[in-house]
Amino acid sequence: MARKFISIEGIAKRFPVAGGGTSTVFQDLWLSMQCGEFTCIIGHSGCGKTTALNILAGLDEPSAGTVIVDNQAIEGPSLDRAVIFQTHALLPWRTVMGNVVYAVSSKWRNWKVPRVRERAQKFIDLVGLTGAESKRPAELSGGMKQRVGIARALSIDPKIMLMDEPFSALDALTRGTLQDEVRRICQETGQTVFMITHDVDEAIYLADKIVLMTNGPNALLAEIVENPLPKDRARTEVHKHPLYYVVRNHIIDFLVSRSKTFAGENRGRHDPRNITVVRPGLGEHVLAAESNVRRLGGHAASH
Amino acid sequence: MALSSLTWRAAIVTLALFVAFLIAWHFATQGLAPTQQMDPEYAKLMGATATQGKSAMPGPLDVGTRLWEHICHPFYDNGPNDKGIGIQLAFSIARVLTGYLIAVAVAVPIGFLIGMSQLMSRALDPFVQVLKPISPLAWMPLALYTIRDSSISSIFVIFICSLWPMLINTAFGVTSVRREWLNVAKTLEVGTLRRAFTIILPAAAPTILTGMRISIGIAWLVIVAAEMLVGGTGIGYFVWNEWNNLSITNVIIAILFIGLVGMILDQLLARATRLVTFPE
Repeated sequence: MARKFISIEGIAKRFPVAGGGTSTVFQDLWLSMQCGEFTCIIGHSGCGKTTALNILAGLDEPSAGTVIVDNQAIEGPSLDRAVIFQTHALLPWRTVMGNVVYAVSSKWRNWKVPRVRERAQKFIDLVGLTGAESKRPAELSGGMKQRVGIARALSIDPKIMLMDEPFSALDALTRGTLQDEVRRICQETGQTVFMITHDVDEAIYLADKIVLMTNGPNALLAEIVENPLPKDRARTEVHKHPLYYVVRNHIIDFLVSRSKTFAGENRGRHDPRNITVVRPGLGEHVLAAESNVRRLGGHAASH
Repeated sequence: MALSSLTWRAAIVTLALFVAFLIAWHFATQGLAPTQQMDPEYAKLMGATATQGKSAMPGPLDVGTRLWEHICHPFYDNGPNDKGIGIQLAFSIARVLTGYLIAVAVAVPIGFLIGMSQLMSRALDPFVQVLKPISPLAWMPLALYTIRDSSISSIFVIFICSLWPMLINTAFGVTSVRREWLNVAKTLEVGTLRRAFTIILPAAAPTILTGMRISIGIAWLVIVAAEMLVGGTGIGYFVWNEWNNLSITNVIIAILFIGLVGMILDQLLARATRLVTFPE
């Protein structure tokens, strides 16, 4: 099971800037994910998370490097990689059923209508929208719209789900319920998920691995935090786990200060192909602690 | 309740304005001009304006009486220069619809092409920019010379004047389809043709229909002028013919019908636009 399912190999994204030259969003980005793994990526706005996700989806092309999925280099978008968009991107002229049917019939083009509708119905039921099939997106709340987006993504039986801040536009209560749903569905179906988020608690609740990205331009993947919390964590209990705040503080510390300073402090030492894996609260946390001490020591010495 | 009371109040004001207009019209055409004494034989030649001070402009009662005659017999045909107003309107509407539908068939696909292909957009832009501001009637001599048929020439003029708003609106509608909807199609590996029909067409339909609505309005404006030029049949010819007959009454009635038909055409397209508009 522990094979490299997705492998991002040295991708870069550069944009030409006005007046000549190029601006590098990120370069030499390496990351691999295993089958059935839930990976979250956290970083400040503008670090290129969405660009990386779009490259993974095939909607954007890297300036260098490749992405390999299931032993094949990706060439453009594919039905194997479903995207859940931040803005849900539902087709407003189609009903809930119509939106899901559109995806199902795109994947299985020779299926007859009843079979397509049956499959669409199954996924509408799965996300808890039974009864709302004939509503149009404009009649739905934000949370319901995103449920349709999730149903549409799942209905094509993708190998990977790519989510770009799927819950950021929702209120806290709806977000919580949808996180539960996504977690349940992913555990039931063994989905491989790559998700962008700004919400640390969301990442800790959902992800197996949390990738920390430094500030752009020239953003780096600083480290991979392995989630030490038990697999069967419940949303209502997760924050009471003794390691919860260890992980949370580690990530917050990164976002508050280290995301700015990481690149400068680790120049020459950071190996983009071999990113430090941190397990806060467990043995390997020492690694991070050591580097913290080193950093503080270095900081003190400069004064 | 508030809305219906507003509707009623507006209707009352409309009616009051209309009645005031009719009264003003009635008295304005009563004829208070000074009359001259003249030889009775000469007076017969001069007509009512000179002898009784009656205005040549018909009053609302004259127009109303004649209007009723037209409504009772809209389709009579007493030869080339005396046809019912219904027949004339039918000729005009048929010409407008023919030219307009050909324009739809040409403008929508080309608009799609311009909207979907940057190359074609840039390549065709100079033609569109130069051809768009040309008055459609300027094409008339060229059309008459090449087509050698006055009726088809006026259809051509309708075609050329309805083309541009639809072309430009279609291209605009297609280029401004939301990136996220196109991305949905891309991630579902939807082919170009299916994408055009299932994503771009429904997304651009409100903009395309708006272009079609502008076009039908322009086409109806232009047909009157075109038929005045080419003659023969049609409401434009009717107006010109009645002017030559000095029948101001019939000219006024024709103006009224031109307005009514134009309104109906516009409302039909407005209805169609509402059908394809989706709430977001």
